[in-house]
Amino acid sequence: MNTSEFDLQCENLTKHFASVRAVDGVSFDIPAGTFFSILGPSGCGKTTLMRMIAGFESPNSGDIKIKGKSVLDTPPNKRNVKMVFQHLALFPMMNVYENIAYGLRCNGASKSVIKTKVADVLERVALPDVAKREIHQLSGGQKQRIAIARCMALDPDVLLLDEPLGALDLKLREAMKIELKLLQHQFNTTFVYITHDQSEALVMSDHVAVMNEGKFEQIGTPQELYHEPVSAFVAGFVGDANRWSGTVSAVHDGRVQFTTAQGLTLNGINKGDAHAASDTVSAFVRPEFIKLSDANLTNTNTTAGNNNEGHNSISGRIDSLLFNGANSRLLVRVDSNELIEADVTLTGGLNDPKAGENVTLVWPHEQTMCF
Amino acid sequence: MMVSDGKKLGLFLLFTPFALWIGLLIILPHVGMFILSLKEKVAPRVYEYGLDNYINFIQEPIYWNTLLRTGVMSLLVTVLTLLIGFPVAYYIAKIAGKRSKGALFLLCLIPLWVSDLIRAFGWILLLRETGVVSKSLQSVGLIDTPIEFLYNDATVVMGLIYTVVLFMIVPLVSTLDGMDNEMIEAGYNLGGSRLTVLRRIIVPYAMPGIVAGCIVVFMLTAGSYLTPILLGGKNSSWFTEQIYDQFITRYNWESGAAFGFVLLTFTSFVVWAGLRLSGQTLSSTVAKS
Repeated sequence: MNTSEFDLQCENLTKHFASVRAVDGVSFDIPAGTFFSILGPSGCGKTTLMRMIAGFESPNSGDIKIKGKSVLDTPPNKRNVKMVFQHLALFPMMNVYENIAYGLRCNGASKSVIKTKVADVLERVALPDVAKREIHQLSGGQKQRIAIARCMALDPDVLLLDEPLGALDLKLREAMKIELKLLQHQFNTTFVYITHDQSEALVMSDHVAVMNEGKFEQIGTPQELYHEPVSAFVAGFVGDANRWSGTVSAVHDGRVQFTTAQGLTLNGINKGDAHAASDTVSAFVRPEFIKLSDANLTNTNTTAGNNNEGHNSISGRIDSLLFNGANSRLLVRVDSNELIEADVTLTGGLNDPKAGENVTLVWPHEQTMCF
Repeated sequence: MMVSDGKKLGLFLLFTPFALWIGLLIILPHVGMFILSLKEKVAPRVYEYGLDNYINFIQEPIYWNTLLRTGVMSLLVTVLTLLIGFPVAYYIAKIAGKRSKGALFLLCLIPLWVSDLIRAFGWILLLRETGVVSKSLQSVGLIDTPIEFLYNDATVVMGLIYTVVLFMIVPLVSTLDGMDNEMIEAGYNLGGSRLTVLRRIIVPYAMPGIVAGCIVVFMLTAGSYLTPILLGGKNSSWFTEQIYDQFITRYNWESGAAFGFVLLTFTSFVVWAGLRLSGQTLSSTVAKS
């Protein structure tokens, strides 16, 4: 494949601090013009990875290529990779115009070029009138956009974003997610976005890499990560899931039957390595796949059974109801005393489930992901 | 009503020591000195009010030359102190690790535990003709005859820098400490060279600390007495020496008081000019750090 199709490539990148391997053999290619997220819990090495791409750390081994050319010997101020910092790092002693002009001046642009470029980029982030404002006069969302504008004025090959939404309040964060995605489309530049928030990564990205303990667990589209996770870590980290660990009692045809420590017997399908009887297994079920069974099906008294063909079904009692509009959720305490989360649609009518009711939870075997 | 009265009393009591200190020890003596400086002796024990003491100062070149010399030397000391103190402060605030930061800061404070006088005598022991430096240079054979390092301007400047450098480092460390490292990295990331980042980002950010440090250092230097006298001897011709002469040697308190006010006005003017030039205000610099 022609290497110039990729804006950013990392090959077997490794960085260790003393004996800690912060980044351990990471490889990936980012096609031009895509929104790529690196998702991982804090301390997984994602910030170190980003600092290596920006040039603030040098890798112990491996290579970083931008537009097909290795940049290992290029100092940070000569790399055409710009970064939006976690706290934005806008310069408080300069106004908005000067903040954006700073990078252009460093590149030796002429006064008139700077003027048109600053006006142009401010137009593109939809803040045409703030050039003369001081940084402290801007709102959180405006600062965000200026920080992006400051980088985009330099036409970078890759824009790195280091959890820039972390400091914003919830409402603004939701709005900025959409805005960032739109800005990425508009500038058509490769964005590499670092976050520990799986919803940010899923909503905005074309591709997401899930990182854990210095390694990439999986790279894929948000849908792939959500529905086809390759490891227990990805299944647990991306999206909500009910989680069980248990012992395999029978395997046939890719189906796994296992018993949890509390005595539930469930069926699932293998997503990771093949399992044999008496292996330990981790199983994940997304709350939206768990349904309340129809009343005429609930007359079985078994705590767990497979009387619904191809379905797991468990009876229990609604412990509490977490109302959140369309994303409302039930906490059901099953007979083995575990809590299971299930998504429900609440219409406000009389048929809505209520706390204290006895219910039976049903979901297909295929939606029980076993690792 | 009771609560607010109690609060008022509390505020009043808290404010009293400060008010007494300012009133009795700063304002009152200065008013007294100012009145004194306007008196002129026309006959034994007969005084008239007038500007004679100030006119005297202007008419005698040795006086205002000494003042100008003191001002220029103090500015030189301030600039050199900034050049020496900035890298030290930058190292403590930005490069040293979290743990060594405190230790280094403490190390800077240690000289303050010894009195000015003892420290000046320490320099004398090192620099005099029969001192440590001269003796060692002789013993390695670099010089044949003993050299007197004391009593020249370079020694005075060095001694003053040594006494005041700390007052530059402390405000600089506190402003640089408040600077997010991201800011410096952003400076590089956007294409700045080391020099650009220093000139366009670090120095402007640290400006309040720089100005605060410079004001303190300049005031301390221009008003210092001990160091110029002990290290510079009679040649140092520091303006404080003139004031001392008027008060103690000539017993001319009126003239001494006038000189004191001239020095105060002069240093205040230099500080004002410095603030204007750097575009800072007192409240954004000294009051902050």
